[in-house]
Amino acid sequence: MDAFIQYTAQGLAAGGFYALAALGLAVIFGALNVVNFAHGAFYMLGAVLTAVLLDVAGINFWVALVLVPVILFGFGIIIERLLVQWLLGLDNLYSFLLTFGISLVLVDVIKIRYGVSGLPYGQPPGLEGLIRIGAVQLPVYQVFVFVFSVLVCLGVWLLLAKTRVGVIVRAATEEPERARALGINVGLWVTPVFGFGVALAGIAGVLAAPFRAITATMGSSFIIILFAIVVIGGLGSILGSVVAGFLVGLVEAYGQGYASTFSQIIIFVLMAVVILVRPAGLFGRKESA
Amino acid sequence: MTTSPSSAVRTFPLAPTPRSRWRVARLIMWPTIAFVALLVLPWVVYPPIAMDIAAWALFAMSIDLLLGFGGVLSFGHAAYWGSSAYLTGWVAVNTGVPFPVAILIGALGAMVLAVPIGMLSVRRSGIYFAMVTLAFGQMIYFIANQLSVITGGENGLQGVPKTFFGIEAVEKESFFFYYAAIPIVVLGALAAWRIVHSPFGRVLSGIRDNPERVRALGYDVERYKLIAFVLSAGLAGLAGGVYAVSHGFVSLQEVDWTTSGKVVLMTVLGGIGTLWGGPIGAAIIVLLEDYLASAGFEGIGIVTGLIFIVCVVLFRKGILGTILAFVDRARTGGRGMPRFGRADRLAAPDSVTATNTAHDEEGNHAPR
Repeated sequence: MDAFIQYTAQGLAAGGFYALAALGLAVIFGALNVVNFAHGAFYMLGAVLTAVLLDVAGINFWVALVLVPVILFGFGIIIERLLVQWLLGLDNLYSFLLTFGISLVLVDVIKIRYGVSGLPYGQPPGLEGLIRIGAVQLPVYQVFVFVFSVLVCLGVWLLLAKTRVGVIVRAATEEPERARALGINVGLWVTPVFGFGVALAGIAGVLAAPFRAITATMGSSFIIILFAIVVIGGLGSILGSVVAGFLVGLVEAYGQGYASTFSQIIIFVLMAVVILVRPAGLFGRKESA
Repeated sequence: MTTSPSSAVRTFPLAPTPRSRWRVARLIMWPTIAFVALLVLPWVVYPPIAMDIAAWALFAMSIDLLLGFGGVLSFGHAAYWGSSAYLTGWVAVNTGVPFPVAILIGALGAMVLAVPIGMLSVRRSGIYFAMVTLAFGQMIYFIANQLSVITGGENGLQGVPKTFFGIEAVEKESFFFYYAAIPIVVLGALAAWRIVHSPFGRVLSGIRDNPERVRALGYDVERYKLIAFVLSAGLAGLAGGVYAVSHGFVSLQEVDWTTSGKVVLMTVLGGIGTLWGGPIGAAIIVLLEDYLASAGFEGIGIVTGLIFIVCVVLFRKGILGTILAFVDRARTGGRGMPRFGRADRLAAPDSVTATNTAHDEEGNHAPR
């Protein structure tokens, strides 16, 4: 039972940054109809930036948690203006391939600059140690990651559901023609939304920095798990991506705990089952053709 | 898996375009050019590299069969290339059969593997298909890593022999091995060509352009896509088997998703929907990677990534697609119909509406 709680905590912490990153993927897909293959690379950039900022400028975890998303927001805007915007009118396989190319470049640039061995990163100040709940001890950091990512997901939901900005973005996404007719400059909102999605991947990267190996390729298998998550949750569904993110985090942690040989395969089996039972994903609407 | 098109298929009502003399010439021209190029290749470049080009060329054609003619992008084809490479290698090491037999067994294994994955994947279309195949490809990677009894895990499967009826020249020298193995690649390429130009291929193109209409005409769209997927996996398997025997070892790299990405790059670079563009892309990428590796440059991904970006943003028709479009324009004075459905449909500005419709139909973009 103790082991079970331990794995649950691990799973929820891992699920936290899966959910955050998948949320970013969903937001970008919702607004731009782009499946961002470079999301894993942006997540990796977030983690690498966190480590480099500490190493070079002595910027600690808490500042990085604010600074890194801001930097990645800017980076996302540059990428969108420079490259992605030219493909928005076309079949979204093209933007998929474009972002794949971007991720190849980013990964190898980081590989050349920082090598293949991981960058070091310690426990963030104030989050060291263990919390004792009954008979189990949980690392404070894992609890923090879970709580923080839930808060960010809630924040994003509030932003989209309750604020004027959210209303405009949703209108621009769902009814671009009508939104235009009502005098909203739809094109103006697409770029910041892309940047926002990239920033969410960046936050996931910062959170991952203290307890995952920070390497150039850390985003490569991450992005495939993200794809499995959005297929499970239903691509474009905000709630679906968050729920599926936590679900996959848990499944992965239980897998590692109870059946380590198969832990990496279980996620894909889960995906296969979802495709069989609900092809559109748990929270997706039925897809035509 | 090798189901021949039924009689219902032959009465497919979209009549084929009239076969002018020009069209027949063109039909034969590309296979001939490709065949001659393959024959002289080991005289021009180092034979093992020539073999790599041939294997990747067939691999790229298997992708184009799906993408250019079936309209779906498989981003997990390394699973079939790699699983066939492992199976080929394992059979060659453990049974001592001639290598073409081992390759054939490997390709059949890849097709068997493609059946369940294909059945699941064809339930989704468009971008979802790419994501699902990628995810299943990664699953195969993890399985290959675990099955170290056969695959050797991280160490790879080593010492794959080039057994060939005791003919030492073939077994020892890569130059002669090339000529012993090239018929397999040629047969694979001809099979791809035949599939595309068969009644089955026409139904497939119909599904690419308008799945609803083909479904309304009474065709089982999912079944056609599944058969195309399995056939494509078989071609990828042939290519992977040739690659495995040529290199003499198989590593996890063969089932890695970067391998899937690389072959897609070759296909896009050569020209989607041209079938013979893939081999051009394969030659360019293999030679470029060989050059960069021998020059000691480590960031190959930067170069291939940039090629990808430039290709997708500025050069969507690819090399052969651009050449063919140019030839068509010169011949018809710009009045001709676009020939390559997929590439043109994807690249044409009027596909904006199509994309938007699809976007709406797929629904669930509403943040909630």
